[in-house]
Amino acid sequence: MCLAIPVKVKRRSDAETGLVDYLGNEMRVNLSLLPGVKAGDFVIVHAGFAISRLDAREARKTLRLLREMAGAA
Amino acid sequence: MNELRDRKVVQGLVRDIRRRAALLAPPVRLMEVCGTHTMALYRYGLSPQLSDAGVEMVSGPGCPVCITPDEVHEAAIALVTGRPNLILATFGDMTRVPTARGSLRSAVPAAGSEVKVIYSPSEAVAAAAARPGKEVVFFGAGFETTIPSIAHAVREAKRLKLRNFSLLPALRVIPPPLRALLETDETVIRGFLYPGHVSAIIGVKPYAFIPREYGIPGAIAGFEPADILLGVRSLLEQLRAGRPEVALVYTRAVRPEGNPAAQALMREVLEPADAAWRGMGTLPRSGLVLRKAYAAYDAQRKFGLELKNRAGRRTGCRCGDVLRGIVAPRSCPLFGRRCTPDRPVGPCMVSFEGTCLIHFKYGPVKGARHA
Repeated sequence: MCLAIPVKVKRRSDAETGLVDYLGNEMRVNLSLLPGVKAGDFVIVHAGFAISRLDAREARKTLRLLREMAGAA
Repeated sequence: MNELRDRKVVQGLVRDIRRRAALLAPPVRLMEVCGTHTMALYRYGLSPQLSDAGVEMVSGPGCPVCITPDEVHEAAIALVTGRPNLILATFGDMTRVPTARGSLRSAVPAAGSEVKVIYSPSEAVAAAAARPGKEVVFFGAGFETTIPSIAHAVREAKRLKLRNFSLLPALRVIPPPLRALLETDETVIRGFLYPGHVSAIIGVKPYAFIPREYGIPGAIAGFEPADILLGVRSLLEQLRAGRPEVALVYTRAVRPEGNPAAQALMREVLEPADAAWRGMGTLPRSGLVLRKAYAAYDAQRKFGLELKNRAGRRTGCRCGDVLRGIVAPRSCPLFGRRCTPDRPVGPCMVSFEGTCLIHFKYGPVKGARHA
């Protein structure tokens, strides 16, 4: 049940909700748990609510670590 | 982010894990607390690879559908079968859990009543607003990942002054059952893989007692193959160094402090209470219930529901033991014979995160001590 999907925020619709792109489909989600989230951000959505903003810098750090490890192995 | 599933990356990590596991005295038994992790471990074939590398993964209590005790499911069934003009809204898996009273799916609702499967709790509030002639009861089960969305629904119902909306809560928090598992000696768990999305809400601190009081390593991990393997690698590293901590390897999605807005919303609407878990009994402060200011939205109070633990149904189902990680699904005599996904005897065979369903779907792990 804790399955949650990363999606890109297309635009905020009102104070609470916004439209996101989920595999090419537009989906309305509640953004109120992430104050300050804006168009272009990637968020994780669960049960119609964005619960976490994905941090691009941290994502790149993880990828760098993985590439290093794949190279070293 | 294709690297997270890349074969070379996965193979490199498994090799690294094999080297690290060889430095430790066996058995290296780790628990993935979250059902979504169990799903990923099997779906991507990681469990057999880890088993071969000397690491045994045991599934934990992280399936909300599974741990919700029968009496709550039965109360939901009693509501929709006993009261006319009532919409019982709930998540899909919840409708298939078998009890002594059947399941929500097999139950015949009273006149004008129905069971409505929803994806988001907001849909239950919308249904109440759209159909003032019906009572809408949201049967909400979930851990911290889902709880903010349920709290939001209740607050929204209050804001809209809806009198025909209420919540039958089965809300549980993840840290207390981990303490309960560590307090028994039923199985020796040497590290916990913590749920990534529960942690996106609660952050790192609620797990701090586990390394501090029990000396057990932990890692908060994401759900892609490489995420999970990074988590396992961190646990082995901590075991080797003898320095248990709450490591965070899912840094792109989890902040150490969690999600403060979600935490504030939960605190505003809900308060901790002792709660019953299937297979584990009543655990102190392991559930969340509505605060006084929201008592009017409590379905239990509104309809005078009594949750009676009758403990009378003897099916031989060992879901409760599976949830504690003390038996593997295949050790249950019902598994794959009397109990299948088409005709489940217990909730572990119902939920997409249920350990029994996952084992049925993806097959056994060769050589696993538990299988």
